[in-house]
Amino acid sequence: MKWFERRKRVEKESKRKEIPDGFWIKCDGCGEILYKKEIMKNLMVCPKCNYHFRIDSSIYESILLDEESFKAEDENLAPSDPLRFRNYPEKVKKAQKKTSLNDAIICGQGKIEGRDIEICIMDFNFIGGSMGSVVGEKVKRAIQRASGLELPLVIVSATGGARMHEGILSLMQMAKTATALNKLNTPFISILTHPTTAGVLASYASLGDVIIAEPGALIGFAGPRVIQQTIKKELPEGFQRSEFMLGHGLVDMVVHRKDLRETVNILLGHLC
Amino acid sequence: MANCPEFERPIVELQEKIEELKSLNEGKSGGLEKEIKKLEERLSKVKEEVLSNLSPWEKVELARHPNRPYTLNYVKYLFKDWVELHGDRRFADDKAIVAGIGKLGGVSFVVVGHEKGRNVRERISRNFGMPHPEGYRKALRVMKLGGKFGIPIVTFIDTPGAYPGIGAEERGIAMAIAENIKEIAAIPVPIIVIITGEGGSGGALGIGIGDRVYMQKFAIYSVISPEGCASILWRDQKYKADAAEALKLTARDLKGLNVIDGIISEPLGGAHSDPEGASRLLGEAIIKVYNELKDVLPSELIDKRIEKFGRMGFFKE
Repeated sequence: MKWFERRKRVEKESKRKEIPDGFWIKCDGCGEILYKKEIMKNLMVCPKCNYHFRIDSSIYESILLDEESFKAEDENLAPSDPLRFRNYPEKVKKAQKKTSLNDAIICGQGKIEGRDIEICIMDFNFIGGSMGSVVGEKVKRAIQRASGLELPLVIVSATGGARMHEGILSLMQMAKTATALNKLNTPFISILTHPTTAGVLASYASLGDVIIAEPGALIGFAGPRVIQQTIKKELPEGFQRSEFMLGHGLVDMVVHRKDLRETVNILLGHLC
Repeated sequence: MANCPEFERPIVELQEKIEELKSLNEGKSGGLEKEIKKLEERLSKVKEEVLSNLSPWEKVELARHPNRPYTLNYVKYLFKDWVELHGDRRFADDKAIVAGIGKLGGVSFVVVGHEKGRNVRERISRNFGMPHPEGYRKALRVMKLGGKFGIPIVTFIDTPGAYPGIGAEERGIAMAIAENIKEIAAIPVPIIVIITGEGGSGGALGIGIGDRVYMQKFAIYSVISPEGCASILWRDQKYKADAAEALKLTARDLKGLNVIDGIISEPLGGAHSDPEGASRLLGEAIIKVYNELKDVLPSELIDKRIEKFGRMGFFKE
């Protein structure tokens, strides 16, 4: 399917979520005031400076997958409050209302140019895309399904890392997901979007057979502020951005959002 | 003992008094034995009282106690024919993680652990036990050596966390930890993990995958430091004690959450009050757990290891 045919759907989805009301938005990259309709047509990328706006999981779904091909799995998995952590249930409820999701990830099967894949897409709008027991469990099950159904796996990350409100159990989701990958016998493409940091980067997001980053995404283990406070020096320009990671040999490529689908498709053609 | 935690003060004061009396007694050639004995009995009681009523934050302080035994202390007490192996064969030898091979109970073990260093100079050279990527890569290299030659593995965890610095990021600290988690899980020999002090988040988990995970009684293990949690939740580190409570980071909490397999006891005043006694308890636990694991088939070890971590967490379905 052609891009311009898909735009309508993207537009519709966008309106439902992320984008604030009004006709104009300001680019966080260059400060340019942009006509919202225009930038939506451009997959939420600033036409002036190429800044990639953060988008929610449903938009990635429509950008990456053939239309109406996504079949969600494990949608009913929802967070409990094992630590009885201050305000956590309220926080969850608020996030669920805001995103219409049960937690910070959608997983299931879809098609890219007719090819079946297993796909997980994280959603930063849900408590900063943080990984607690639900995200870990859903990723683990997706890995197992990909293995069982012999489907390639694509995971789109957008996350601040492990979810503090589930304490040590969130840390253990790093172990759950990364160790599960030992059993995966199909190609795994990891897509890092803005931001992909901390516990998720230090587990499955870094373990793709191929790792793709969106331009300008913050990708790192420790937060820039923490690093700055520790070393008490200014951080170099572009530190922990996709291009910095590419330069240090830590990701395979930096790919513009409009080319993501095509790139994944070509890669899967080679790997599958 | 100028930098002992507040709650330890009654213990330290009593200890100092006993030392004083003992030296007096020697000078006077006797006469104070009764007095000393009485105080020593009192000391045991005070120790028990103080250490059985610690708050989570006080346990954090104990886990970080400047005199707490570190990996190389335990190695010295427990492992014979110790040979330390250095470097990741790629970039550097990270002194925040030590690795080597030694014999315990007649069995050779690969030992990998964080090392904080005892005095200022040592602490700086060991980066306060905060590893760079090289530390994790060295750990994996040496653990794979164990896998290759059928040598079981023990890891000792005691770190504030992986080092948040420019070089660490440039050389892929997140990737190093991720690879360790995945690849350690596939090493075909028994792996016993023991949190001996601070289990600082990903920096701990990077050498924290094994068939059995144990914690010493006064160790902690957490996704974030209480200070970090407090500054996020309350925007102020002074609420670190509340954060320590909320995070459920003590050995007993983790046992309750099914994250660890068991708790290894410590001497009455904590591991630092009797490092030799603490080592003995640790050594006994290692041998006992090793005997449970030594006859398990390698493929079964690996499958069960992955299933073990696959079960962790709580959610509604």
